[in-house]
Amino acid sequence: MSFKSTESYIVADDLGLAVNAAVTLEKPLLLKGEPGTGKTRLAEELAASLGVPLIRWQIKSTTKAQQGLYEYDAVSRLRDSQLGSDKVHDIANYIKPGKLWQAFTADERPVLLIDEIDKADIEFPNDLLHELDQMEFHVYETGEQVRAEHRPIVIITSNNEKELPDAFLRRCFFHYIKFPDADTLAQIVQVHYPDIRKDLLSTALEVFFDLRQVPSLKKKPSTSELIDWLKLLLAEDIKPAELAKSNGLMPMFGALLKNEQDVQLVEKLAFMSRRQSS
Amino acid sequence: MLIEFFLCLRKHGLKTSLTELLDLLGALERGVVFGNVDDFYTLARLVLVKDESQYDRFDRAFAEYFEGVEQVDLASTIPADWLERSLQRQLSDEDKAKLQSLDGLDELLKTFRERLAEQQKRHAGGNKWIGTGGTSPFGAYGYHPEGIRIGQDGSNARRAVKVWDKREFRDLDGDAELANRNLQLALRKLRKFARTGAADELDLNATIRATSQKAGLLDLQWQPERHNAVKVLLLFDVGGSMDDYIYECEQLFSAARNEFKHLEFFYFHNCVYEHVWKDNNRRYDEKLPLLELINRYGRDYKLIFVGDATMGPYEIAYPGGSVEHWNEEPGAVWMQRLLHHFTDAVWLNPQPTSHWRYYQSIDLMQQLMSQRMYPLTLDGISTAITTLLKKSVATAAPSPSNS
Repeated sequence: MSFKSTESYIVADDLGLAVNAAVTLEKPLLLKGEPGTGKTRLAEELAASLGVPLIRWQIKSTTKAQQGLYEYDAVSRLRDSQLGSDKVHDIANYIKPGKLWQAFTADERPVLLIDEIDKADIEFPNDLLHELDQMEFHVYETGEQVRAEHRPIVIITSNNEKELPDAFLRRCFFHYIKFPDADTLAQIVQVHYPDIRKDLLSTALEVFFDLRQVPSLKKKPSTSELIDWLKLLLAEDIKPAELAKSNGLMPMFGALLKNEQDVQLVEKLAFMSRRQSS
Repeated sequence: MLIEFFLCLRKHGLKTSLTELLDLLGALERGVVFGNVDDFYTLARLVLVKDESQYDRFDRAFAEYFEGVEQVDLASTIPADWLERSLQRQLSDEDKAKLQSLDGLDELLKTFRERLAEQQKRHAGGNKWIGTGGTSPFGAYGYHPEGIRIGQDGSNARRAVKVWDKREFRDLDGDAELANRNLQLALRKLRKFARTGAADELDLNATIRATSQKAGLLDLQWQPERHNAVKVLLLFDVGGSMDDYIYECEQLFSAARNEFKHLEFFYFHNCVYEHVWKDNNRRYDEKLPLLELINRYGRDYKLIFVGDATMGPYEIAYPGGSVEHWNEEPGAVWMQRLLHHFTDAVWLNPQPTSHWRYYQSIDLMQQLMSQRMYPLTLDGISTAITTLLKKSVATAAPSPSNS
């Protein structure tokens, strides 16, 4: 199989190769990159292009590894026993399969997305070492052994908030998604807005890359912000000339700058450049 | 197969393991890539490198293995053993005076390249060739008024015109291995537990109480986990005379990083002025105004300075005293502003206590800190932490004059 750009999603060559290698060798693929470079989107598109289900496990700071395997609801069993329910005699009634279990027992080889793994506790990746490596685990309560029939394609994303342990990294392939260059970015925009005027796009990209160059921005705008911004520009029908001559804050800046300190900074810079030119 | 490549990567300091090499070979066998160096490069990087900060190292190792040394900076073209600290020559002042300076930096660089081309063997001592400990303008650990320093950990006479190995402000490495766990244990005393966040721990006592109140019908009670809630702000002095203590600072930094969840750190040089910065490579364009630091971090942060406080007294006491820029207000005023806001503050000094009295600047700093300066030793840290935990030292710092 080979994973290529689709009508709605542009894949850089090296990223395509990374996905293909991970799929072929059945290794988890760890993706890092600036927020908004399409890490999560990749898993969705991969599942769509293979025509298989996507199982998504969103990690939060309170997520425990065990929750991905299964949860034993002891409390409702205890309550049922007080209420005299018959269910209580079979412990399996109280075992709820987690996302990993679902992925292991799926009918076809699914894509399992473990999203934002760095949000979890520092021990979280270590607790999943064996499960991701051997693709099996043991259910203590019932003595059952859950083993993957088809090894799922595992995509893991991280925003680099925490370091991941070495032992975990050894079991993964790692790819860092670079911020796309102007050409790739133009392709991406073309995919989203096919009828955008060429001159508006090139002016907008110029403004966008200039903005990314501004040092000490708290949050640099990324691809998803660019696309939102273009949507607004199109909706408001702003002319390219208008965009180029506004050497202050760009129109609809709220889509690009998400922080009032950044807005002030850009305003200040624009003011200084106007003063120099006058 | 690819054993040499693997060893070459290890040589460049990548922590690649055998498992990963086998994975790479597996991928090649399955024909993921074929007959294309670019694709092989991407694949090898995908399998062997696990952090984007290592990409640069990988690139250099790859270049070395596949194309020979294509483009490397001067410092690394020179074999390392030429520069070993073998002959540290002691020069008298007369000798130094005798050395004549070459004209200008361009001249120096030109001669350097010529010599580099001429010279084939390791050289130490003399006064013409590149090597260590000599009086030629090129090389390390030697003395020449306009010398170029190559591949040396820190400046010897601190006088080279151009420093090839720009390492004087290198970032402190948080991963440095702790020589002794004691340092971490000492920091551990600075703990203040609080229960915050999501309630996901069973509160047994409350559960028993609630259940008995409901006549045995189970009523579970939850509470949040305990966390170390102490907040620490570290300010490191970097560069210059602090080069000698970089190891101690790395140890402290590494221990602190492991211990505190709320840890913020910034760098300064010699004394605190208008700005501090977080990234030593971009210290001139990404600096944080000190007033913003004061506004951003609350009074509950414990402030720890790490620095040798060894400088000219005028760097603290006079406007324009900074060695790096023109400061409108003296360092002392900025120190007072900080101390007025962060009432819990200490200064850790890596200089041995016995040397303190020889420096006027240390004395000045001690006064500013209201005697809360301690040596960067285990005992010193323990005392400093006891001081930090004491309540109400609020009146210690005089209020800053607003000029």
